[in-house]
Amino acid sequence: MLEGVLIYGFINSVLLVLVAMGFNLTFGISGVANFAYGALYIMAGFLCWGLLNSLGLPYWLAVAVSVAAIALLAGLLFRFVLLRVRGLVISEVIATFGVGLAILELFRYWGFIGFEYTLPVWLDASFDIGETVVDGQRLIMVAVGAGLTLFLWFFTRHSRIGRAFRGIAQDERTALTLGINADLTAAFAVAFGAGYAAMAALVILPLGTIAVNEGYNVLVNALAVCIVGGLGSTMGVIVAGFLIGYAQIFTATYGETHWMMIVSLAALLVILLVKPSGLFGKQKELEERI
Amino acid sequence: MARRLERLDRGIKVRSDDVFALNSWREMLYIIAPRVLPVLLLLVLGLAATPYWQRVIMQACMIGLLAISWDLLASVGMVSLGQALFFGIGAYIAGILDHYAGLGPWLTIPIATVGGAALSTLLLLPVLRLRGIYFSMVTLIMPLMIERIIEATKIFGGTEGLSGLQPMPHALVEIIAAMAVVWVALFSFNRMMSSDYGLILKGINDNDRAVMSAGLNIYLYKAQALFLAAGVGAFAGAFVTHAYQFVGMPVFALDYSILPIAGAAVGGMGTMSGPLLGCFILVPLNELLRGLGGMRTVIYAVLLVVFTVGLPEGIFHFIKRKYTQFERWVEVEQ
Repeated sequence: MLEGVLIYGFINSVLLVLVAMGFNLTFGISGVANFAYGALYIMAGFLCWGLLNSLGLPYWLAVAVSVAAIALLAGLLFRFVLLRVRGLVISEVIATFGVGLAILELFRYWGFIGFEYTLPVWLDASFDIGETVVDGQRLIMVAVGAGLTLFLWFFTRHSRIGRAFRGIAQDERTALTLGINADLTAAFAVAFGAGYAAMAALVILPLGTIAVNEGYNVLVNALAVCIVGGLGSTMGVIVAGFLIGYAQIFTATYGETHWMMIVSLAALLVILLVKPSGLFGKQKELEERI
Repeated sequence: MARRLERLDRGIKVRSDDVFALNSWREMLYIIAPRVLPVLLLLVLGLAATPYWQRVIMQACMIGLLAISWDLLASVGMVSLGQALFFGIGAYIAGILDHYAGLGPWLTIPIATVGGAALSTLLLLPVLRLRGIYFSMVTLIMPLMIERIIEATKIFGGTEGLSGLQPMPHALVEIIAAMAVVWVALFSFNRMMSSDYGLILKGINDNDRAVMSAGLNIYLYKAQALFLAAGVGAFAGAFVTHAYQFVGMPVFALDYSILPIAGAAVGGMGTMSGPLLGCFILVPLNELLRGLGGMRTVIYAVLLVVFTVGLPEGIFHFIKRKYTQFERWVEVEQ
């Protein structure tokens, strides 16, 4: 029993980390809170589904094309919508929220609802870990989650664009004097975050159906994890993901499934009361906390 | 020759800006007409309309109240993405009081207004210490989570909600009360924002540290603004609950968050009148487009983006500019 809880808690935590990573990345670097995040996540799922079932592309190609397309779309969104209102918090928030809402509700209007909208699992097998049975897709999800986190770590330290990311995250003006194009880098950051969302979608969605409402859930989960962890902190996202992930599974097992949602809300409110900038929210503490 | 558009205040505006200089009916009319005409127009429309359209006007008033509440928060620097939180809390308090205790609308609505404001303020109090998008994030999350909690725990009627609540005494009372509250809220908040108190609130939005260094406790002011805004939202929720004699999970739905923001974006933010105007355009439009179903939300979302990014001025500011200023092309040397 406990073993199963620990294993599934771990899986649930990785899922939350995966879902929150892209949002956090975008915010940490460009300062744009991408409220269209959940919509991009769902869109990646439907796009991949369409490529598989309408065009008959091989699975791996469909995945690659979807991730690239979502990243490109997010980059264009930044260039043509967000760049015009950059720095105006109200407008940024409303614009991304509006775009996300339009995408999600358009899918709902077109009738993308039903059990036929599923992606095939990557690995159709199940494994025994001790006495617990875990299916292959969940293990792949954990592997991809770990891989993406490590990749992000290396990317932001050992690549030109990644270092530019950290540069404009720390001080945009100083970065400008060093020849870093802040707008371009921010556009990359938004695209990169959306790419992470698409990757997360494509490994998580095979576990269930692609549902429009999941887009809102993803956004809510990503926001909760990011706020608890401290916006813009990768370490914070990992710690908060595990905190909320395990707390949810523990409540679901030893308490009632109903209270899973309350756990996230409670974690959110407690963190805001005790340490408003989040567990690891140091870098931006002065800016966000008055 | 290059030209540029020059804008100058109209003479009548300059003369009538100062109350003491009013010396003709024309100048007085210039000031009074834009305030009285909409009130009269809405009254006539509301009384002459068919019962169906009366309901629509009532709804427009309630969404308008949510938009006023949104604008008040936004002008203190708190951008709410979840007006449904205030609306839903007010609606549920009124519904619960009526369903379990049998209090009529005359008691439940005031209790829900004050109680809902207090509860919402309490829930959001931890966020007030942070600025920027934290407030937007938490207000977006909360109604969605509360909806899920009600669904899961099946409290207060669960997914079915509470129905068979006591109706408003009379359709005429309903429409008149709705209008009266809208105008009272609009004019009193507008007056408040132009007083010293309102200046502090606007100061918090412009430069919170400057307000702090003036020795003012900005959390206190933010909490007060939140209380006022949440009270207006909760009133709308309680009112609609009694008008439809039903309260359920839909009161926390995104529609109630998105319509006021869309109204504010279309009408023009920052004046209270703009968002209200926007709602009086969007809500009837919503009824006319009923056949489109789910496409309507998409239209609002697109309108929202187009107006915030492309036409941030909004309709109200445009009308106001035409009313108070004249424009002419002047030639400029290059």
